[in-house]
Amino acid sequence: MATRVLDQPHAHAAAHGEKTGLWSWITTVDHKRIGVLYGATAFIFFLMGGIEALLLRIQLGSPENTFLSPDLYNQLFTMHGTTMIFLAVMPLSAMFFNYLIPLQIGARDVAFPRLNAFSYWVFLLGGLFLNASFLFGAAPDQGWFGYANLTSKQYSPGLNVDFWMLGLQILGIASLAAAVNFFVTIVNMRAPGMTLMRMPMFVWMSLITQVLLLLAFPVITVALILLMYDRFFGSAFFVPSGGGDPLLWQHLFWIFGHPEVYILILPAFGIVSEVLPVFSRKPLFGYAAMVFSGVFIAFLGFGVWSHHMFSTGMGPLADTFFALTTMLIAIPTGVKIFNWIGTMWGGSLQYRTPMLFAIGFIAMFIIGGLSGVMHSSPPADLQQTDTYFVVAHFHYVLFGGSIFGLTAGAYYWWPKMFGRMLNERLGQLHFWLMLIGFNLTFFPMHFVGLHGMPRRVYTYPEGLGFDLMNQIETAGSFVLALAFLVFLVNIFQTWRKPRNAPADPWNGATLEWAIPSPPPEFNFAEIPTVHGRDALWEQKRQRGGPLPEPARVSGAGIHMPNPSYWPLVTAVGILAFFVTLMMLAKIGIWAVIASFALLLLGVYKWAYEPAG
Amino acid sequence: MTAHAHAAHLETSTGLDNRKVAIWTFIGSECMFFATLISNYLVNKGKSLVGPFPHEPWTSPAGQHFEPIFEIPLVTLGTALLLFSSLFVVLALSGAQRGSRKALIGWLGATIACGVFFAGMQVYEFTHFVHRGLGFTTNLFGSSFYTLTGFHGTHVAIGVLWLATLWVDALRGKLPPAKSLNLEMAALYWHFVDVVWIIIFPVVYLIQ
Repeated sequence: MATRVLDQPHAHAAAHGEKTGLWSWITTVDHKRIGVLYGATAFIFFLMGGIEALLLRIQLGSPENTFLSPDLYNQLFTMHGTTMIFLAVMPLSAMFFNYLIPLQIGARDVAFPRLNAFSYWVFLLGGLFLNASFLFGAAPDQGWFGYANLTSKQYSPGLNVDFWMLGLQILGIASLAAAVNFFVTIVNMRAPGMTLMRMPMFVWMSLITQVLLLLAFPVITVALILLMYDRFFGSAFFVPSGGGDPLLWQHLFWIFGHPEVYILILPAFGIVSEVLPVFSRKPLFGYAAMVFSGVFIAFLGFGVWSHHMFSTGMGPLADTFFALTTMLIAIPTGVKIFNWIGTMWGGSLQYRTPMLFAIGFIAMFIIGGLSGVMHSSPPADLQQTDTYFVVAHFHYVLFGGSIFGLTAGAYYWWPKMFGRMLNERLGQLHFWLMLIGFNLTFFPMHFVGLHGMPRRVYTYPEGLGFDLMNQIETAGSFVLALAFLVFLVNIFQTWRKPRNAPADPWNGATLEWAIPSPPPEFNFAEIPTVHGRDALWEQKRQRGGPLPEPARVSGAGIHMPNPSYWPLVTAVGILAFFVTLMMLAKIGIWAVIASFALLLLGVYKWAYEPAG
Repeated sequence: MTAHAHAAHLETSTGLDNRKVAIWTFIGSECMFFATLISNYLVNKGKSLVGPFPHEPWTSPAGQHFEPIFEIPLVTLGTALLLFSSLFVVLALSGAQRGSRKALIGWLGATIACGVFFAGMQVYEFTHFVHRGLGFTTNLFGSSFYTLTGFHGTHVAIGVLWLATLWVDALRGKLPPAKSLNLEMAALYWHFVDVVWIIIFPVVYLIQ
């Protein structure tokens, strides 16, 4: 139906052309623009978290250093962890969810475009709120998992913990809204013929991630509410003197926290599963096994939380149970790794930048996975817990895993998103610097950790055997910084190039490569029909060769949702509500009520606004 | 919402409206929210250092006597009305789908009235309990009881607001059968709030 109108010049066409200007971005409900906003914002937060890490590494570069005060050190490591998890890796994954899910399933947008904009604005405001704590000299300083009693009013009377607990609460709203949206999008908006078992692996891993978000975030929401009640209203949920139990916090936090680590890694699994087949010129090995191992990892992810708590002395029964479930996770994870290697086996490998990062991901993630299996044994874990060995482990999975995977995705989809190819030589330089810098920084942490260097302590005395290793780590962290400097140079250089990337620069397997780069607002002039896995390769096979470059069409007559600023108003209402709640004692209940009224206004205007 | 922008051209993958899938997804997530709150209540059960207690009388070291806090008859009435309201909202939805304005407005009004009574019952209950010596910070029982039932009550209040908004729509003739999904979503949410109370009522009030 759409094709007939497409060729005719139409008075309405302007409405679907490239809209420009700040207002068009503020009111946008286009999943691609929101994806770009997510990516740009998260990358800035990522750089901030990286600078925080560099400051920490300078402090630790020599024994008994006084570069940072202990107090500032506490704030920086807490904000580094919180930023990297909630403001960098999660929203960078959200960038790919936003940009790619509709394209890969053959849809014109997500299920709820305005809710999507709302998620972004809440995320942005939550991130700004969290970082505003630096302006008050009161950044969170209790560690990213905020253990009781460190968070109690008695031991943390300042605003630090308030910023953290309310900031995470705000970010949780963004994550939950986005999770509902992407879940419905994947379940309900697939192009005809795109059955579940024909979906690209990135879409599968995204779907599983949304389920984890939906089920894990409510738990941290409640935990943060209880903490808020303890701090603001004087209850004693986590205060032993009032009968409460600090361990309850640990349980609630890790029931959320362990699924959270799969929320951080599964999108990278999906990205790598897209990149490896394309650059091996071979379909993904063991598609069904990949799907079910992902589901199995997510399922087990809810039954292993107490392996973060072996040192609390839960007793042999609980220790055994959680040790076994944790070891069990190695099986589906191993299946994935073997399948990635199986994908490359016998393929004609093309070592382009995305492929290098994907291979780097496999190698680094294996190291992180192996040290993870070591933690699953309670007696071993008791030696490792709270040492740099743990820091080494989770950086191998989070940086070596998630960040390598996300970077592979950035190089792979850059031409699709911006119509320009990133420079290949600089990309290769980026990869090698990152691989070397990463291993210089984090591999020695295994050794200093096993030698007993505790994490989260701002310095160490001379002569304990930590000095040289720490120097190497600090040097490595600057190599890592250099790697990202090269990436930034690459981005700026690429920005000045003309937009001439072809629709399908990598000979891709999935539907996003069937449409021009960057895609038009409506994505697909005609909704595609899918006849098998690797839908685009299937089309190329049927045609017996490459597909012609898709023409840019006007898109007149295609009905797209209207822009709206009510999601932003609602998001501002939520931020105002939390800010006034934090200042309740100073400005009174009426400010809270006024903020709530703004929130309600946003919701009602949104609900009664014609969506288009 | 924008579902119709797509639905106008093609069916959804499941045949269900996006909004219906969304409300079920949201309810799934809410299950974990209340599961955590109920777990918190159970974990803290019997761990209060001082009274008053839910089911037993208590005499403070200073010699002050406190009766058991709970009064089952009133909350039983509230529970019954909340359960009936689930039936009423089904009848209202049926009215909306059939285009029977009278049934829609009448049954929806009855649903709202039950919700308002329940929320009012809870406000009365809370004030009453405070007068009898159970403040929010008195003991762990008070904190976890008010937190759990308070969040359920907030859900009831949001449900009442949502249903009342639709009721005004219906009065203005803006809830035709074609838009009955608007009510169906609110009704699904309302049933969920009911089901949660069916768990809370025995766990908190009845089991000693």
